[in-house]
Amino acid sequence: MARIIVVTSGKGGVGKTTTSAAIAMGLAKKGHKTAVIDFDVGLRNLDLIMGCERRVVYDFVNVINGEATLNQALIRDKHCDQLYVLPASQTRDKDALTQEGVGKILEELSKDFQYIVCDSPAGIEKGAHLAMYFADDAFVVTNPEVSSVRDSDRMLGILSSKSRRAEQSLEPIKEYLLLSRYSPERVKLGDMLSVDDVQDILSLHLLGVIPESKSVLTASNSGVPVILDDKSDAGQAYADIVARYLGEDRPHRFIDEKKGLFGKLFGGK
Amino acid sequence: MSLLNYFKINKTSSASVAKERLQILVAHERTSRNQPSYLPQLQQEILEVIRKYVNVGQDAITVNFEQDDNQETLELNIVLPDYHPKSF
Repeated sequence: MARIIVVTSGKGGVGKTTTSAAIAMGLAKKGHKTAVIDFDVGLRNLDLIMGCERRVVYDFVNVINGEATLNQALIRDKHCDQLYVLPASQTRDKDALTQEGVGKILEELSKDFQYIVCDSPAGIEKGAHLAMYFADDAFVVTNPEVSSVRDSDRMLGILSSKSRRAEQSLEPIKEYLLLSRYSPERVKLGDMLSVDDVQDILSLHLLGVIPESKSVLTASNSGVPVILDDKSDAGQAYADIVARYLGEDRPHRFIDEKKGLFGKLFGGK
Repeated sequence: MSLLNYFKINKTSSASVAKERLQILVAHERTSRNQPSYLPQLQQEILEVIRKYVNVGQDAITVNFEQDDNQETLELNIVLPDYHPKSF
């Protein structure tokens, strides 16, 4: 039986797809057979971040409509043979996804996979709803910024009332906070909400902090999930997050600023 | 105190302003999230009933719904005007 993870946020542009690609790769690299599904019908991008855009033949909606089998649509990742990508449809409208269809596909995947990562679209429309509906765990990606924090809170409300687990009065979805695009320097200057601030407001279990990092853009430019760049801070942050999710005890990093020469000279204390 | 700190004090940081605004907003949105969806209509209908007898304004009535672990409370507050009745 697979564990279903939704990567969600409400707000767009906070790093859902980057996170989905990274954690799916991280779980697969640890030897768990993992599928990552793009729920953003009409605006697919996971294929691009995963670097498999030229190998898309069939998509999620084709499988729901019975035009292709799941095996035909799943794309095996070129870096890791435990990882498969199910791309979203680029042409059809959002109504192409149905709760019944999504449920069937997740059930079929569950027989064969250990983890299923659902990359949610932004917003709270149908695609986002279906991405979180069947989830066991939710990774709430938040930027330390007012609109993102507010939207995350809204998403938490939806997770606890509109999901399958809520509707069937099962054990609630486990919710985790992933604070991304974090800049310890700006936090220190008082220009950015700190990890503690965000946790005070959202009261979520912190899975990890991903620092604002040039390596994220470099990774997406070349279509390689950033977690494979193990020299980069963001890559290491995602590796920590995957390890913590799997139960390893790793101290949090990237919360305090690295002191440069200037900081060392004038930093005091 | 370092040289840098000297220049950056004296001003409420924008992050603390952000935190305060968010705390108020999120608390407010959470209470309305847990309210049953019939509340606005209930409020409207109660208002109509009261207006049959007393001349009150739209904002004379407040409906508050509160929920804790073991009970739900519906609080109704109606402000009657000093000078009232419609004569019958």
